Amino acid sequence: MAIADVGYISKQELIDAKQDISDERYAKGPVAVIECVQEIPCNPCEGACRFGAITIGEPITNLPKINEAACTGCGVCVAQCPGLAIFIVNKAYSDTEATVAFPYEYVPIPKEGEEWEGVNRKGEVLCKAKIVKVMNPKSFDRTPVVTVAIPKEFADEVRSVKRK
Amino acid sequence: MCMRVSDHVILGQDLNPKMIEITVDGQKIPAKEGEPILAALLAQDIMVNRYTVKRNEPRGLFCGIGQCTDCAMIVNGKANVRTCITPAADGMVVETQYGYGGAK
Amino acid sequence: MLKTELLVVGAGPAGLAAAIEAKKGGVKDLLLVDLNMRPGGQLFKQIHKFFGSKAHRAGIRGIDIGTQMLEEAKELGIDIWLNTACVGLFDDKIACLEKGQPDGSTKIVYVQPEKIILATGGQENVVRFKGWTTPGVMGAGAAQTMINVNRVQPGQKIVMLGTGNVGLIVSYQLMQAGCEVVALVEAAPKIGGYGVHASKISRAGVPIFTKHTIKEVKGNGPNGRVSEVVIVELDEKWNPIEGTEKTFEADTVTLAAGLKPVSDLVKLQDIELVFNGPFGGWVPTHTRDMESTCPGIYVAGDTTGVEEANTALEEGRLAGISAAQSLGYMKDADAEALKDEIWDRLAGLRMGPFGEKRAVAKKELMDAFPEVARG
Repeated sequence: MAIADVGYISKQELIDAKQDISDERYAKGPVAVIECVQEIPCNPCEGACRFGAITIGEPITNLPKINEAACTGCGVCVAQCPGLAIFIVNKAYSDTEATVAFPYEYVPIPKEGEEWEGVNRKGEVLCKAKIVKVMNPKSFDRTPVVTVAIPKEFADEVRSVKRK
Repeated sequence: MCMRVSDHVILGQDLNPKMIEITVDGQKIPAKEGEPILAALLAQDIMVNRYTVKRNEPRGLFCGIGQCTDCAMIVNGKANVRTCITPAADGMVVETQYGYGGAK
Repeated sequence: MLKTELLVVGAGPAGLAAAIEAKKGGVKDLLLVDLNMRPGGQLFKQIHKFFGSKAHRAGIRGIDIGTQMLEEAKELGIDIWLNTACVGLFDDKIACLEKGQPDGSTKIVYVQPEKIILATGGQENVVRFKGWTTPGVMGAGAAQTMINVNRVQPGQKIVMLGTGNVGLIVSYQLMQAGCEVVALVEAAPKIGGYGVHASKISRAGVPIFTKHTIKEVKGNGPNGRVSEVVIVELDEKWNPIEGTEKTFEADTVTLAAGLKPVSDLVKLQDIELVFNGPFGGWVPTHTRDMESTCPGIYVAGDTTGVEEANTALEEGRLAGISAAQSLGYMKDADAEALKDEIWDRLAGLRMGPFGEKRAVAKKELMDAFPEVARG
C-alpha cells in the first residue's frame, strides 16, 4: 500500500524513490534519512545542507536525493524540511541501541533524560524511547528536533514518540 | 472547563493577556480584551450562539470569519452582531439570540 | 468622489503582494482595502512552514510571511483601509466602499481608480449530511482561526472531513493546539493532500478512512451540540454501503472539502468567466498580465482559481507589476523581465502530480481569453 492510500510510507516506496540508505553507510554512524517520495514543489532541504549532500535541482518537483558519503548526519536539514520528512538515524550508537532524531512540534517538548514511548509511522507504540537530545535553537524556527535512543531492531521503524 | 491554548510550540506561551469581564445570558465570564466575543465563549465551552427563526434550532460557530452569520448574538442590546469578528470589551452584555433577535 | 491610481481589493497574500509590487514599481497613489479587522487574509492562521522554492520564502511559516509583508507595506507607506468592504463596482471603474469607522459603524465612500486589482480570495465549501447544522460542525478554516489566531480550542474531540492539504494541515494544527483528532474521513479512494502531511497525522496515531463519508452527526451534547459522528464506507459509485457504519464519540466536526473562488465583484462587471473544475468553479479568464476582459481590472490569487498561498503571492506580484507598467511607471522591458521570472516560478509551483492539473487548468483559463478583448 502506498502513502496516498494509507497515509504512511512503505519501505518499498523509499527504495523506489532511491532514498534508502546502504548498510555500509549505516555502519559508519548518523545519516539523514529523507522520506519524501512524492514530487511536490519544494526545495529548502537542498539549501539547508552545507555539505551539499542533498540534491533536488531543477525542476523543484524532483525528489530529494541524499549523497550518503557526503552526509555527516549533522541534522541541520531536519528542522528545515516543511514536510517534517527528514530523520537522522544512527545505527552505530551502541551495540544494542540506535538513535533516531525527528522533528517534534508539540507541547510538552520532551526533555533530555526522560523516557517516552517510541512510535512507528502509524503511531503504534513499539518500544521505550530514552530522550538523549533536544535541540530547538532559533535557526530551527520553532521546530524542535528530538533524538531518542531505542533498541537497535527498531531503528528503521521508530519515527516519533507518543504525544503526552 | 477552559479551552484556551495557553502554551504552543510555535505560538509560544500566551503571556499575561489583559483580562476583562463580559456578561453572557446573565452570567459573568472572563475574556481577553479585544479577542472576538466568540473566542471568549468557546473558552468557556459555550458553543450555541443563536436559535433559528423557523425551527428554533441551535446554531454556533461555522465560518469564523464573518461570512456565515451562524454566530450572531445580541450584543449590548443590538441583534445580529457577528460575534466571531466583534472584539470583546469590558462590561459588554451578550445574549443568545432567538430568531430575528426578539426576547426568548 | 475619491480618485486614486490603483485600488486593490483584498489584503490577503495576493492583494498585499500586488500592492507592494505596484508601490515598488512607482505607483504613487494606491488604496488597499480589506473587509476584515486585520490585513493578511488567511496568512495569519498558517503557522506551518511553506513549501516551494527556498529562494522565495519556502521554509518560512505563513504567519511570518504575513508579518514581513505588513512591515514592507508599512515601510512603503501603503494606505490600508480595514473593516472596509467593496460592495459595488460600476462602469468607469467606480467602486463603492463601505468603510468601517472607529465606532463600528460604516460610511459609504465612492472611489474612482484608474486601475483595479481584485484579490478577493476563496471561500470554503460546505458538505451537507444529516445533522450538518448541529453546533460543533464547522469549516476547517473556522477551527484553524480559533486555534491559531484566537488561541482557543473549538472542541476537544474532532472528526475531520476531507484529506486535502487543508484537512491534513488543520488536523495536525488542532493536535498542536491540544485537541484530540479522532479520525479523518475522505470520500475519494486516495488521500488528497501531500503524503508528508498525511505522515504527520499517521505518526500521531490518527486513522484516515478513505472511501468513507459522514452519514450522520448526532447532536445530543450540551445544548444540542455534536455528540456522535457516524461514518460509512462508499462503493465505487460513491454510494454508502449499508452495514459498514462506524460511530465515533466527538464534539466537533470540521469540514475541509475544498474552496471556491469568491467572484462576486468580478460578476458585477462584464468580465468573462470560465467554469474550471480544478480551480473550484467560475473564474475570470485573464492575460499573462493578470488583466481580465475588462481593461484595467486585474485579478489575482484564489479569485482566479483556488490554489495555494505561494501561487497567490506570485499572481499578486504579476498584477501589481502589470498595473504599475500600464500606469506608465515601469519600463516595458523591466516589467516584462520581472514577469518572466514570476511565470517561471509559477510553472515550478504547478508541476508534479499535485501541481500539473493546475498548470493545465491555468492554461485552459488563459486560452479562453477572447482575442477581441486583447488591448
